Amino acid sequence: MATSELTKRGTGRPDEIKAVPVRHPGRWIAAVIVLWFAAAAIRSIVTSKGFEWNIVGQYLFDHRILHGMLATIYLTVLCQVIGVVLGVIAAVMRLSPNPIVSGVSWLYIWFFRGTPLLVQIVFWYNIASLFPTITLGVPFGPAFVHGSANTIITPLVTAALGLGLNEGAYMSEIVRAGIISVDEGQTHAAQSIGLSRLQIMRRIVLPQAMRVIIPPTGNETISMLKNTSLLVAASYGELFFSAQSIYDVNYRVIPLLIVASIWYLVMTSVLYVGQYFIERRFGRGFTRAERATMRARWIGFANRGAAGV
Amino acid sequence: MTAMVKAEGIHKRFGRLEVLKGIDLEVQRGEVMCMLGPSGSGKSTFLRCINHLEKINAGRLYVDGELVGYREKDGKLHELREREVIDKRAQIGMVFQHFNLFPHMTALENVTLGPVRVLKLSREEARKRGRELLARVGLDDKVDTYPVALSGGQQQRVAIARALAMAPKLMLFDEPTSALDPELVGDVLDAMRQLARDGMTMIVVTHELGFAREVADTVVFMDEGVVVEAGRPEAVLGNPQHERTRTFLSKVL
Repeated sequence: MATSELTKRGTGRPDEIKAVPVRHPGRWIAAVIVLWFAAAAIRSIVTSKGFEWNIVGQYLFDHRILHGMLATIYLTVLCQVIGVVLGVIAAVMRLSPNPIVSGVSWLYIWFFRGTPLLVQIVFWYNIASLFPTITLGVPFGPAFVHGSANTIITPLVTAALGLGLNEGAYMSEIVRAGIISVDEGQTHAAQSIGLSRLQIMRRIVLPQAMRVIIPPTGNETISMLKNTSLLVAASYGELFFSAQSIYDVNYRVIPLLIVASIWYLVMTSVLYVGQYFIERRFGRGFTRAERATMRARWIGFANRGAAGV
Repeated sequence: MTAMVKAEGIHKRFGRLEVLKGIDLEVQRGEVMCMLGPSGSGKSTFLRCINHLEKINAGRLYVDGELVGYREKDGKLHELREREVIDKRAQIGMVFQHFNLFPHMTALENVTLGPVRVLKLSREEARKRGRELLARVGLDDKVDTYPVALSGGQQQRVAIARALAMAPKLMLFDEPTSALDPELVGDVLDAMRQLARDGMTMIVVTHELGFAREVADTVVFMDEGVVVEAGRPEAVLGNPQHERTRTFLSKVL
């Protein structure tokens, strides 16, 4: 039949295929079941008295909460930047041909990955009992800062040390994986046009390693944002601490935890969007059709549902 | 006049494996030398020794009359510092089997990177010369294209332009057409032919016997780390004196 159609028209393009799609009743049934359970869960959350949604609304934009949120954002940025810088340094050191240099880096990573973050934070918070006075300067040389540990190790310094040093250890493994993933031929080609080791790292290897480094770094940043709440142990006034100091007074624990959670979710969602754009930027030159967007996926889902493709 | 490349008794080991077992060769200025031989015979390693990507274990290797990688003082060899090695390497262009273009840069950025970062040319000057070079290898319309969107043949021609952008006095080609689809080989060989006509000194590791016969001034046949036979292409390819050369040629043809 189709052939006769074709021959009849002789030359020219055959018609686009318009077939009746295969139906997938299983998909519809699964969707209904999942939606039913989701609706039940939402109903219980909305109607349950214990959640005290009016209290949530009352405190959602409380200035103490918003203040804590700002501190959380500030800490996340600060500590993640410290972590990335330390991570790159530790990764490059780890790959150094000098056994002392790479050994020190290994030791750093081993220690900070092997002990709990909360323990590290409490440790830094109490460092004054270990070193009553602190001197910063050239080892065995001149000192730039000298003073009591209690005045130098403020909650902010505790935060930067605790979260930053820990993050550096994790980031270094991510950066190292990225560096190793770049094909050796790239280095050979860069050497052959006369680039120095440093230039090769900066211009050739790291930009390509970024593609491997960025997605886990996004995850790390999201973890960091949530891990700042551990600083409650160091009395740092971030979001969770703010919520806690309010419910310590009014005993509305659950509503204030919900307030904090809502803001944590808002902030992590913003990070997800940022990560998407950064990944796209560093994916340049690796894929021809690199715009597999969320929109395309939704359209794809809709098409699957309707046409069963 | 000194030879462009002079090798005297070059030995190279990787651990216990001896890859080069005493190579003696000379390449004159403006000469094109093609190196043939089965894989594992040490041709590529020899190329990589010439720009000191590999250190030789014994022998003396000179480029343009100067020792590669070392300085000889009072009968003793002193290793060159990284800066000095790099300066010399920048004067030798190299083209790889798998192109090794920088995927995060456009064709033009690939070509201008060395001139800007190593030769310290101004960006405008480098871009102007880069465009000329890309036009010379027939890619004036691909200037702003990323390597991933180029065919293998186009990528290899960008790689040739990238090497030429450093104004090298010597070009090394490491099986430049081995990774290409057959119909793309011609364009790359044309670019190389043009380069040879312009008087570039070239050492080409290749399996393209036609190219060797037509373009080479000297053909070298290597096997198991030694030069088995060397001479004019019509002699080595047309009337090989050694059994190993004959066996190899009969397999390639």
